[in-house]
Amino acid sequence: MEDDAPVIYGLEFQARALTAQTAETDAIRFLVGTQSLKFENQIHVIEFDDENNIINKNVLLHQAGEIWHIGASPADKAVLTTCYNKTSDSRVVSCAAVWRMPCDLETESHESPDDSAHNPQALELLCHLDDSTYGNAACVLWEPMGDGKRVISLADNHALLWDLQESFTQAKVSSTATLEGKGQLKFTSGKWSPHHNSSQFATANETAIRAWDLRTMSQIYCIENAHGQLVRDLDFNPNRQYYLASCGDDCKVKFWDVRNVQEPVKTLEDHSHWVWSVRYNHSHDQLVLTASSDSRLILSNMVSISSEPFGHLVDDDELSEGEDNHQEEKNKEPLKDSVVSTYEEHEDSVYAAEWSSADPWLFASLSYDGRLVINRVPRALKYRILL
Amino acid sequence: MDVEGDDSALPEDSGRRRKVHGMLKLYYGLNEEGKSNEQPQALDPCDINGPHFDPEIYMNKLRRECTLAELMDQETCMVKQIRSLDSDMQTLVYENYNKFISATDTIRKMKNDFKKMEDEMDCLSANMEAITDFSARISGTLQDQHTQITKLSGVHTLLRKLQFLFELPARLNKCLELQAYSQAVSSHRRARCVLQQYSHLPSFRGIQDDCHAIMDKLAQELRQKFRDGGTSAKDLSECVELLLQLDEPAEELCDKFLSHARSRLESDLQGLEAEIRPHSSSSRRESSFHRSSLTAAAAASPNENISNLTSLPSPTSNADILEFIDRGCNEFVSSLCLVITSYQELFIVHAQSDELASKNITQMANAKLHAFVDDLAACYFSLVERRIQEEKSVGDNSLLVRALDRFHRRLQAVAKLLPGSSVPHHGTEIVIRAATERVKQYLSALQSFYMDSLTDVRQALATPRLSVAGGASHLGGAGSGRDAPTSLPELLSSLSASILNQIKSVLASVHLFTAKDITFSNKPYFKGEFCSQGVRESLVVSFIKFICQSSRQFCESAGDKGGSTPPILLLLLSRLCLDYETSTISYILTLTDEQFLVQHHTPVTPVTALCAEAREAAQKLLNHYVKVQGLIISQMLRKSVETRDWVNTIEPRNVRAVMKRVVEDATSIDVQVGLLYEEGVRKAHSSDSSKRTFSVYSSSRQQAARYAASYTPSAPLDTNLLSNIHKLFSERIDIFSSVEFNKVSVMTGIIKISLKTFLECVRLRTFGRYGLQQIQVDCHYLQMYLWRFVSDENLVHFLLDEIVGSSAHRCLDPAPMEQSVIEVICERG
Repeated sequence: MEDDAPVIYGLEFQARALTAQTAETDAIRFLVGTQSLKFENQIHVIEFDDENNIINKNVLLHQAGEIWHIGASPADKAVLTTCYNKTSDSRVVSCAAVWRMPCDLETESHESPDDSAHNPQALELLCHLDDSTYGNAACVLWEPMGDGKRVISLADNHALLWDLQESFTQAKVSSTATLEGKGQLKFTSGKWSPHHNSSQFATANETAIRAWDLRTMSQIYCIENAHGQLVRDLDFNPNRQYYLASCGDDCKVKFWDVRNVQEPVKTLEDHSHWVWSVRYNHSHDQLVLTASSDSRLILSNMVSISSEPFGHLVDDDELSEGEDNHQEEKNKEPLKDSVVSTYEEHEDSVYAAEWSSADPWLFASLSYDGRLVINRVPRALKYRILL
Repeated sequence: MDVEGDDSALPEDSGRRRKVHGMLKLYYGLNEEGKSNEQPQALDPCDINGPHFDPEIYMNKLRRECTLAELMDQETCMVKQIRSLDSDMQTLVYENYNKFISATDTIRKMKNDFKKMEDEMDCLSANMEAITDFSARISGTLQDQHTQITKLSGVHTLLRKLQFLFELPARLNKCLELQAYSQAVSSHRRARCVLQQYSHLPSFRGIQDDCHAIMDKLAQELRQKFRDGGTSAKDLSECVELLLQLDEPAEELCDKFLSHARSRLESDLQGLEAEIRPHSSSSRRESSFHRSSLTAAAAASPNENISNLTSLPSPTSNADILEFIDRGCNEFVSSLCLVITSYQELFIVHAQSDELASKNITQMANAKLHAFVDDLAACYFSLVERRIQEEKSVGDNSLLVRALDRFHRRLQAVAKLLPGSSVPHHGTEIVIRAATERVKQYLSALQSFYMDSLTDVRQALATPRLSVAGGASHLGGAGSGRDAPTSLPELLSSLSASILNQIKSVLASVHLFTAKDITFSNKPYFKGEFCSQGVRESLVVSFIKFICQSSRQFCESAGDKGGSTPPILLLLLSRLCLDYETSTISYILTLTDEQFLVQHHTPVTPVTALCAEAREAAQKLLNHYVKVQGLIISQMLRKSVETRDWVNTIEPRNVRAVMKRVVEDATSIDVQVGLLYEEGVRKAHSSDSSKRTFSVYSSSRQQAARYAASYTPSAPLDTNLLSNIHKLFSERIDIFSSVEFNKVSVMTGIIKISLKTFLECVRLRTFGRYGLQQIQVDCHYLQMYLWRFVSDENLVHFLLDEIVGSSAHRCLDPAPMEQSVIEVICERG
């Protein structure tokens, strides 16, 4: 069966920030934040029409500055956070803020490119997540399961837990955690764990990965020297609570069982330059997406450490329903850990990759030159996992 | 007779005589001798001595040829000759006549003598007749007396026998007192049948009873003696022989004999065990002390045991393995052989010759012997094996081989004595095990040698050298610490040579196992499997694999920490592995195959597979080297980019120090790699390589064009096309990719990694006007120096372009510096 060709979308500006619209479960929608020092920055809301294989987009102005990180609320599809650089005089400051998208966007049709060119709408600022005492914001994490009232922002060596009140218009720091140590410590990225009742999150600084307990704001465990070089990104396995993936400047992707942090469970070395992003598929955690500055995107099938190591378990009932026996047998043979596919549509470093929140078989990747590529999991693999 | 007379009469004139002789022969027609040489003479009718002489022709010839005077001379000469011939003839005739007369006289005398003799013979025969007559008469008279004497002598012997019988008990007693057992037994044997036959007579019966009692006592005593075991083997066998003659049950005797022998052999074994003991821990020593003190109490030769006891506390007195085996052979094996021979003599050979022994006794005895030997040999073997296992030091293999050889050789004696025994087989197995164990030890020795020499190399690399490689020295300063010492190739060659030597010496040591004069070397195992599986596979091949594997481990273990292995070592090892791939492996294997005449019955690892492995290791090491060196430079670049406030920097006046450092490092790495690897191929340089200018706007200009048309909603695929066109046409660059085995490729790899890091770091920062200009200056400086290291200078250009382009993007106030100013700054240094 032929796989669909990738869909490519180009932005005018360079871009690093990409997220799926997490709260949206029907339409396939991604948010991209641009980086430009000279022009107004934008957030592109990109909707992918799976049926017709076309892209619809909305451009929203983000006047505050160039966007380094973007996060969509898991509860309210109109709410998002950004981390951005603000240049005033000869100082560059990183800030974080919560925004609301104009609500009439969704009904608008953007078939013609000219439509939105005339009046790009601006985002509505809900509140700043700034506290100048804590330094530059690196990223903002949404609470994955809750009602979307809590976010964590990482600023220099502090992790701040914010309560968003009065429909997001007020943000209050409810607790903080500070990483103490020699030198200038800086969190590079973080992730809020969906397990343990959302009471844990993990951060990366330099070569170490640390996990924190939100209730006490104290460190739970620490993977020292998780990577030979800087750790760039990490992600929790959505189905196995102790499993964690990380990637970094040593070109490796590592999978950890946090109960034993001495050795990674598995290491991938498929990239030929730094790996900037690693993402588990939300429902089939054997599918792992990694993006690297070697301009490649790699989809790996990590069956052996997934929650379905023997493939999808088929009930006896389903078997008796006259399923094709041949196909059943095919399921039985175990899949091996392997690279499913390497995507080479990008010409520049790929800094971000995200799975769609609506279609588990679809993902987007963004390279620095502003190229967004939407791809699907190969059909053959999809059917093997499903059937 | 006439010839004889001729000889005696004329001895002096032989020349003439022959002539005369010849003529006589001629006359009588005897012409057999000298036929051929007389032929030409004989045919000549003018030869006066020839047979075909024709006086007519001769005369004619003379008359024709000679003058008158000559003829006269001839005539006188001839007359003289005729005269002498005549006188000769007369003498001969006279001589013959004389001889004939004397012969006639002799015959007459003989006739007279014979007549006289005949008369004397007649007289002799008459006398003989008379003598015969007399003799017959004498024997007739003596007949009666002779028979009487014969009867008397018969009675005498009978009486003596009877006396022997009556004296027997006393004699036996005396023998018993004197311990002359064999005499007693033989006496008793002689009397036994008679006594048995006449036992119905009371007097004989009494004697018999007495004898029985005594013999029982004797048997008792013999048995006692047998049991104490104090006697020597010879005494013992005598004892057994006597007991057998006394109709003791053979089976019981076998058992007793063997159990006795066992106790002695076991004491030997304990002696041996005591020699092993000193090695073990003190607690075990105590137990052995206890045990050997027990044995000392029971053993026959307490002296020896005491000496063992005294030797126990000092572990230094531990004998080497050859002495141990010697002792084992001399004491245990030889006494075992002795036991076997005497046993066989007593119970098997004897029984076969003895008519009363049935077949099954032989069988029983044989079976017992086998069980006995197997049992003891098993103990012995376990001791030997324990001792061999203690042979850990691999220094001198010949000692072990000699010991094993002796061990094996001595067991052959047992094999000869006891055909069909499993002892020699087990012995061979022990030798094989020892050999394989030894091979394993050699492997680990080789491995530790390799690791040690690596440590040495590491130290040699770490110690600072005064002599610094020429190329790097002019740059001087901080970079010199990382410079390769001039001896890098020497270090490599000495490392490689010492490893090779070690392999060779190990092979030589192992080769002792298959030497011709070693008894076990012609066993099929040592001819085939030992050579191919043992030496080739588990020694040589394993070692090579170990080298590759340890090399790979260097890459892996260092991967996370980044600095545990010095990069030069990686480089060195990579070259070592590459050398192995190209030549050393095949050399070593050929050497092994030749030395051991390996016949590959079983599949062996092919050379190509090993070479591939070595090459893979070399590749991995080199890649890792590139990575480590690249990361070191990257780290510098990254820190320099990350720690600076690029927005508020001052106008560039100099190239930043870090860039100079990068170039220095690159140069020293270049020298380092150049010492071990060939130059490699590079693409042709354009003439103005170092003079090339950067188009800062090469990409930003396009961007500006794009912004002009700004806010046209970007349709997929079209707007970005422009900016990416140049990328479409240039090949994708794999940053951490495999490198080739040459200097240029290595340098390209390192520079690629460094510049890519630079690029990524720049993209994360925001620049002010002067920040951008500083980057421009830095990149130009790098451009000036780095192009010469790489295979394709366009790569450097491309990456530097990207860096400058990206920093222009990230610049708040992009006002590039004049190219000429940049050049001035860079040339100033």
